[in-house]
Amino acid sequence: MTELTLIQGVNQALHQAMKKDPDVLCLGEDIGVNGGVFRATDGLQKEFGEQRVLDTPLNESGIVGMAVGMALYGLKPVAEIQFLDFIYPAFDQIVSELAKLRYRSGGQFPAHVVIRTPYGGGIRGGLYHSQSTEQLFASTPGLKVVIPSTPADAKGLLLTAIFDEDPVLFMEPKRIYRTATGEVPDGDHRVPFGKARIVREGTDVSVFAYGAMVPTAFQACQVLEKTGIHAELIDLRTLVPLDIDAVVRSVEKTGRAVIVHEAPKFCGFGAELAAILAEKALYSLKAPIARVTGYDTPFPYTLENLYLPSVDRIGRAIQRTVTAG
Amino acid sequence: MVEMQGPSLPDPELLKVLRTMALGRAVDERCMNLQRQGRLGFYVPLEGQEAAQVGCGWALEKGDWVCPAYRELAVALTRGVPLPLILNQLYGNEGDLSKGRQMPNHYGFRDYRFVSASSPIGTQIIHAVGLAYASRYKGEKVVAVPFFGDGATSSTDFHSGMNFAGVYKAPVVFFCQNNQWAISLPREKQTLSSTLAVKANAYGFPGVQIDGNDFHSVYRAVREARARALRGEGPTLIEAVTYRMGPHSTSDDPRRYRTPAELAAWKSRDPIERLKVELVGRGVLSEADFETMQEEVRAEIQSAIQEAEKLGPPAAPSIFDDVWQNPPPNLEDQRREFEEFVKEGVVRP
Repeated sequence: MTELTLIQGVNQALHQAMKKDPDVLCLGEDIGVNGGVFRATDGLQKEFGEQRVLDTPLNESGIVGMAVGMALYGLKPVAEIQFLDFIYPAFDQIVSELAKLRYRSGGQFPAHVVIRTPYGGGIRGGLYHSQSTEQLFASTPGLKVVIPSTPADAKGLLLTAIFDEDPVLFMEPKRIYRTATGEVPDGDHRVPFGKARIVREGTDVSVFAYGAMVPTAFQACQVLEKTGIHAELIDLRTLVPLDIDAVVRSVEKTGRAVIVHEAPKFCGFGAELAAILAEKALYSLKAPIARVTGYDTPFPYTLENLYLPSVDRIGRAIQRTVTAG
Repeated sequence: MVEMQGPSLPDPELLKVLRTMALGRAVDERCMNLQRQGRLGFYVPLEGQEAAQVGCGWALEKGDWVCPAYRELAVALTRGVPLPLILNQLYGNEGDLSKGRQMPNHYGFRDYRFVSASSPIGTQIIHAVGLAYASRYKGEKVVAVPFFGDGATSSTDFHSGMNFAGVYKAPVVFFCQNNQWAISLPREKQTLSSTLAVKANAYGFPGVQIDGNDFHSVYRAVREARARALRGEGPTLIEAVTYRMGPHSTSDDPRRYRTPAELAAWKSRDPIERLKVELVGRGVLSEADFETMQEEVRAEIQSAIQEAEKLGPPAAPSIFDDVWQNPPPNLEDQRREFEEFVKEGVVRP
């Protein structure tokens, strides 16, 4: 075990995967000599060479499309999109090609690509360095969507992603790249997909979060603990595959649900969670489901702290949910 | 244009080339009719592009990768894909390797390194660069060939593919069939560029424009580009100038946007007729031999159609297969529900 930051967890996973398997290659903008604009790929090109760590031209469709080609051959490419906000030129490659190749070819041409990309607000990034649009990808059959919130999960989920057989969008909460610290197993640490993590157990209300919202929601739960509210916090870890059982079980126990995410509320991932709870846990619910989310606006620059779910907003939602009904 | 230099291959091989071109043409004729009769849902004809497709396919070696668009039926035949497998895909039946999931002509054949085609334009161009890079990385001496039309040269991934291939000197042969029409948009409205081949200049590698209706020119150009790529000198763009004699697809009516005179002019440059006349002229083949050849390919097609029409649709629950290798629980729930519906007669496959 070593104490690492979240981004160090990412870096260690990439190092270990490349060391273990020569078919793992990394490609993206500024990831080689520069080690990535956040340094997630620091030292990789030096250790593994330019053939395996490719600085690419500035074209996201090209990065993902080239990775798809490599994967069609049978390699295990890990593509970096510098910011999730810049992924849209590659949307066609992700949605029309990567996610559909296995299906449309009857299983003949699976393409296992991992796309790593920093996402989310709180770094003074304005409209185009802050967004959370996981719902666009979670609603695309054929993709997996993974969002770690701790250094150990960053490493363990990324290693699982690289050695999985399905395409994975691996979203990294850049706001907590360096503030999230924790013990990380040194070896080939794998965290399975589809298993939510119970961050803290509670009996009064279930709080669901992922990525950078997990530490914020955790603080809110800690604050409320002092007022006698025992909130259970669940880190979903992987949106696809979703640990539906864990979500339903928790609400069957607490009877109340608060869902937290940075993305806009309307048609956000929280809507799917709420629908699942309505389908599978309606008779356990004692209060309306609450969602604490970004607003249905583009992401603002100066007022970003008012846009993002805060400890206080989450706390208020939990309180209301617990006292309702 | 590159000048003709006489036969590119020995005569016995040219006879096989002619037969493959004739087979492609005859499949087209039959399938257009089958669609009109309601026996096929859709079809994308290649009529007029046989020399370009067979010429390029013939110049490739076993192990080379083909990243096709949806008009590349004669390429598949040339690469050795058995006609019944192609027909099964057109019918979307239980013998279709892609399990009836795609519209006709969107096939893929792993054993032949003929990658599964999609409908979006140009997306396969950059895949070829990744395949070429990966093959070289693994020590294979092969090239990857994306097939695309004049319309695709305006697409995002024409640019990304050309640019990435240049930067990494990837062993790619970009094969553009300039068939003059992207549905209703003529070549001159697609780009102000004087030729499509000249676009390669900006990416730092050669582009050649060739007569795409002349088998020999196509074959030679692809052989040369292939050799160059494998010498490590990088990619080449080949613009094969040809003509789509038929509609864009069975859903298209070209009379809305082009003149009969234009079609007639190109019909006089028919690539099959051209090779046939050459071979007849040299005494390699008689008109009667050609008729026999035509009858043979028609019989081959007839028997493949009969077999394809005997097969039923893919098994109903296969709708849920191959989305993910390890499917999420929500999809497994849907599969279970579907199976219950089948049992209860709510859904009747």
